[in-house]
Parts: sequence; structure tokens; C-alpha cells
Amino acid sequence: MRSDRSSAPLGLKIAAAAGLAFLHLPLLLIFVYAFTTEERSYQWPPPGLTLQWFAVTWNRPDVWQALGLSLKVAAISTVIAMILGTLCAAAVSRTKFFGRETISLLVILPIALPGIITGIALRSAFNLADIPFSTWTIILGHATFCVVVVYNNAVARFRRVSGSLVEASMDLGADGFQTFRHVILPNIGTALVAGGMLAFALSFDEVIVTTFTAGQQQTLPIWMLEELVRPRQRPVTNVVAMVVVLVTLLPILAAYYLTRDGDQIAGSGK
Amino acid sequence: MTTAVAFEKISRHFGTVKAVDAVDLDIREGEFFAMLGPSGSGKTTCLRLIAGFERPTAGRLSIFGERAEDVPPYRRNVNTVFQDYALFPHLNVTDNVAYGLMVKGVAKEERRRAADAALELVKLPGYGARRPGQLSGGQRQRVALARALVNRPKVLLLDEPLGALDLKLRENMQEELKALQKSLGITFVFVTHDQGEALSMADRIAVFDHGKVKQVGTPEEIYKTPNSRFVADFVGSSNVLPPDFVERHVGEKRWASLRPESVRLVAEGPGAIAATVISSAYLGGTTRLGLDVEGHRINAVLPAGEPCPADGKPVHISFARDDLHLMDEAG
Ligand SMILES: Nc1ncnc2c1ncn2[C@@H]1O[C@H](COP(=O)(O)OP(=O)(O)OP(=O)(O)O)[C@@H](O)[C@H]1O
Ligand SMILES: [Mg+2]
Repeated sequence: MRSDRSSAPLGLKIAAAAGLAFLHLPLLLIFVYAFTTEERSYQWPPPGLTLQWFAVTWNRPDVWQALGLSLKVAAISTVIAMILGTLCAAAVSRTKFFGRETISLLVILPIALPGIITGIALRSAFNLADIPFSTWTIILGHATFCVVVVYNNAVARFRRVSGSLVEASMDLGADGFQTFRHVILPNIGTALVAGGMLAFALSFDEVIVTTFTAGQQQTLPIWMLEELVRPRQRPVTNVVAMVVVLVTLLPILAAYYLTRDGDQIAGSGK
Repeated sequence: MTTAVAFEKISRHFGTVKAVDAVDLDIREGEFFAMLGPSGSGKTTCLRLIAGFERPTAGRLSIFGERAEDVPPYRRNVNTVFQDYALFPHLNVTDNVAYGLMVKGVAKEERRRAADAALELVKLPGYGARRPGQLSGGQRQRVALARALVNRPKVLLLDEPLGALDLKLRENMQEELKALQKSLGITFVFVTHDQGEALSMADRIAVFDHGKVKQVGTPEEIYKTPNSRFVADFVGSSNVLPPDFVERHVGEKRWASLRPESVRLVAEGPGAIAATVISSAYLGGTTRLGLDVEGHRINAVLPAGEPCPADGKPVHISFARDDLHLMDEAG
């Protein structure tokens, strides 16, 4: 992976800087308002700075409840996605069966579809099947797109391991279990972890599908949405927003570093 | 001499594709056995049958006298050098070579020593810490060879191991492989579609066509006395003569083969056959003439120093009756 060392023209640099500013300035604003002394409206510049909102947030049980639910939903959908996504990827890349490409497309479709379609579809399906809306319906909804993320990460790696590497391992005396442990797992492990982290981050800040599949429960993003219309203690939302940014950013960064150089996979120190 | 691998009427069909069809083979212990044939003739499938990656749809397979159809690959005392080498990208060279010992539970120190010895054997000492991605094609091939040999297999299977190497490297490796096989005494089964490679390296050759074995024999037998038009065509630059031609000049209505070096230019006279020179190619030690003889193309090889007639010139040729090899295939 060589990067192009020749420098870009000045105009391009300015455009890139403007683009970055456009992307990141609003984020910065959110962070600043978490410290403002004004609680009813977002006033610029903030009349004063305070740390009190962190304490207020800490003492709000509804925040803890929403955070707990979000973490639970993200964790369980990620586990489901990692199991199903890996199995799908293994099946699609290891064997040649009729309709293989179609299956691949069908797995990827949920992420290509707008969330609102997925949401409506799931909601009517749950209604038809008389399934009451609960934490589990949210988890099911999130799992649909989490599976895709894990699948996409795993399938490329699986292709690389499939076929002759597995045969080489068997040829050298390793049975199925040893082959899985010493050849398949080290080669797909990082891709799986990366896929799982992305899935977790996606699930943690999901709004649309959640709106359609939730009952009375509030995940953290939904809680924030409701909070915005309330005139009191507004900066609490900003404090929570910072937490959301951290919780989603860290796994994404980790996933990025894990998959960055795909051909130098760690975990070979035998 | 013991039989290392025996095929008895073995078939491997994929649906309607008869990849291997009723093949009989006896590969002897300690020999360098080549499987030669054009693309798609079933060589790789035969190798995979021996390695255990394919199961025969019919027939009996024995390895050192034991029935092998139901033995999984990891319990066969057979190792493969894969065409694409199939080195483990996540392991360094030492760990790649020691893999077979590792899964058998050999202690770390011992397998390290064995791996180093194997790398020494394939002339790649000191490369243990590298990743496969940091090696050249030729070096990868040596690692693949060391990885197979470290397990001391009774049979080593090689699927076109030299196919990806350039000509010079390939010639070096041919000699090295041959020497290695002689010194280790391991049975080598070598797949190739290069007849020169098969002729120069193998003790015996099986010629494959459409999933069938057309002929098995020493390189000399295969080269001098091909039993069919296909073998004569594929193995040598032999002239294949059709039955009507053979009948006119020898009296028997059979397909025959005639090696180019047996064709002589002679003066007009009894027994001489009129021909026209179509082409000539200077090959250093010899000159190859393309001749038109009664509408058939016949190649002749002239030793250096003999005067070479110009293209389009009428000449006369003859050959000794004994040099004409009549093939089993009837006209
Ligand atoms: N898994 C499979 N499914 C279906 N057909 C197959 C399979 N493996 C091989 N074949 C077919 O069997 C025939 C023999 O294949 P094989 O790979 O043994 O040929 P080969 O002699 O090794 O050719 P090459 O020199 O190109 O490697 C081919 O027609 C091939 O398409
Ligand atoms: Mg082949």
C-alpha cells in the first residue's frame, strides 16, 4: 500500500480544508454547547462556561436507562450479526452453489435500502405476526443491517483463505478443527472483529429503524431526539452527544486500524 | 519393487464431465513419475485423488498396499506441492515449513531444527523470518517444497510446480528436483503439460488425454514408440504418417510415427520418395526442414554441416524401415 507522495495542487488543498471544516465545525459546536451556562436556547457565543451539566446528566435516570438499552441492543445485535454474517460469508465464499451471487446480493440489500423502508417492512411484519414491540424487535431490526457489515468484512477475507490454504493445511496433517484454529481463524479474525465493531457503532446511533421497531423504550439517539424539543436543561443532550460520539468513534477507529493493512495480520507469534 | 500408488479402474466424474475415466496406474516406490497431458486431461484430478481431496466415483485406490478411498487427506502419508504454492500468508517461512510438525504436536525446538534443515535442503537457509509475501516466486516454490518434505512423506505430489517460473529458473529447478528426488528416494508424482520437462525428468511417464491414460512407459519408450497418434503428436515432434501413406511405402495399412532425425535426404533412386522443401529452420546444432511429401507434411532434422536445400526445391527422402514405428491404432 504505497501512498502517492507528490503534493496536491493548492486549490485542491483549500477545497479539502474547507470540506473538513464543513464536516467538523458543527461537531465542535455540539461540544462547546455542552459547557454553556444557558439552558433554554443555543446562544452564540455562550454567555458563560460551566461543568455543571456533566453532574446533571450523571444524575438523570432516564439517560442511564437509554444508554443501558442502547448498549444492550448494540451488543446483542452485534453478536447475532457476527454469527450469522460469518456463516453467510463462509457459505458464499467456500462453496459454489446455484444462486450464490443472488444470495450475496440479498444479504447486502438491507444496507442499500433506505432505513425507512427496512423500518416499515419490519413494522408491518411484526404486526402481521402479532409480535409485540419490545427490546427484541429493536434488536432484530438492528441485526438486519449489522449482518451486512460483518458479512462484507468477512467475505473478502474468506475468499482469500478458501480453497487451497485449507487444502494445504489438511494435506500437512491438520484435521478440520486444527485447520480452523491455525489457518482460518488467524486469517479472518481481524476482519470479524472489525466488522463487529462497525456493526456495534452503527447500531448504537441508529434512529430510523429503531423508531419503527421500538415500543415504549428509548434508545439513546431516540431519547436525544425527544429531548431536543424540551426547553429545559438542553446542554444535557450535548453531554450525551459527546458520549455517543466517543462510543461510536472508538470502535470505528479500532476497526480501521485492524483492517488497514490486510496482508499483515497479527496473531502469528508462534 | 513395491507399488507406491495403485489405481484400479478409477473414475472421477463430475456430472457428465469424465475428469478421470477408468484409469489403471502403478506408481512404483522411489520412482519419479510424470503425468503428462494437455489442459483439462485429468492430471490434477488424479493428483487430488492421491492426496485425498477427491474421492473416486468408481474403482480402487491403494497407497502402499492399503485401500485409501476412505482415508482423509490428513491421515495420508502423502504431501503436495500446490501449483499456487498455497503458503500460509499469516505465518513466516519457518512456521510455514514447520506447520505439519506443529499440528502433529512436535516440540517447538525440534520443529524449528527440522524446518531449518528442510530450508537448507531446498537451498533457502536464513529465510525463516520472512513472510511469504516477501519472497520471489522461485523462493516461494522452494518454501512449498520444504514444507512438504519436512513431513518425510512417502509420496510427494507436485502439480506443475515449475509452471510459474521463467525458463532459466525452471531448468535449474528441474535439475535440482531430480537430484533431490534421487538423494531422498521419495516417490515423486509430477504433473506437467510440458513434454520436454516430463521426458528429461521422469523415470516413467503416463500420457493423459480426456481423462484416460493413453500410454505409460519410460521417456524413451514414449518418445520412440508412441502407441497412438495422440501420444506421437503430443510428446514429440514426431511425424505422424497416415495409413494410406504407410501402406504405399511399407505395405501395412496402419498409422505410424517417424522421428525427424530418421528422415534422410538422398539422391533420386529406388526407395527414395520425392518431396518438396517448404521451410527450413536453423537450430544451431541442427537444421530442421519442413517437407511436403505426397501432400503430407514431414519434418526432417539435418545434422550441422550437411548442405541445406533452399525452400521450394524438389528433393528425395528415405528412411530405414525399422525407424518407422507402426502404432496400434488401425487405419
Ligand atoms: N470440481 C470440479 N467440478 C467439475 N468439473 C471439474 C472439477 N474439477 C475438474 N473438473 C473438470 O475435469 C476435467 C479435468 O480437470 P483437471 O483439473 O484434472 O485437468 P488438468 O489435466 O489438471 O488440466 P490443466 O493442465 O489445465 O491443469 C476438466 O474438464 C475440468 O473442467
Ligand atoms: Mg491441473
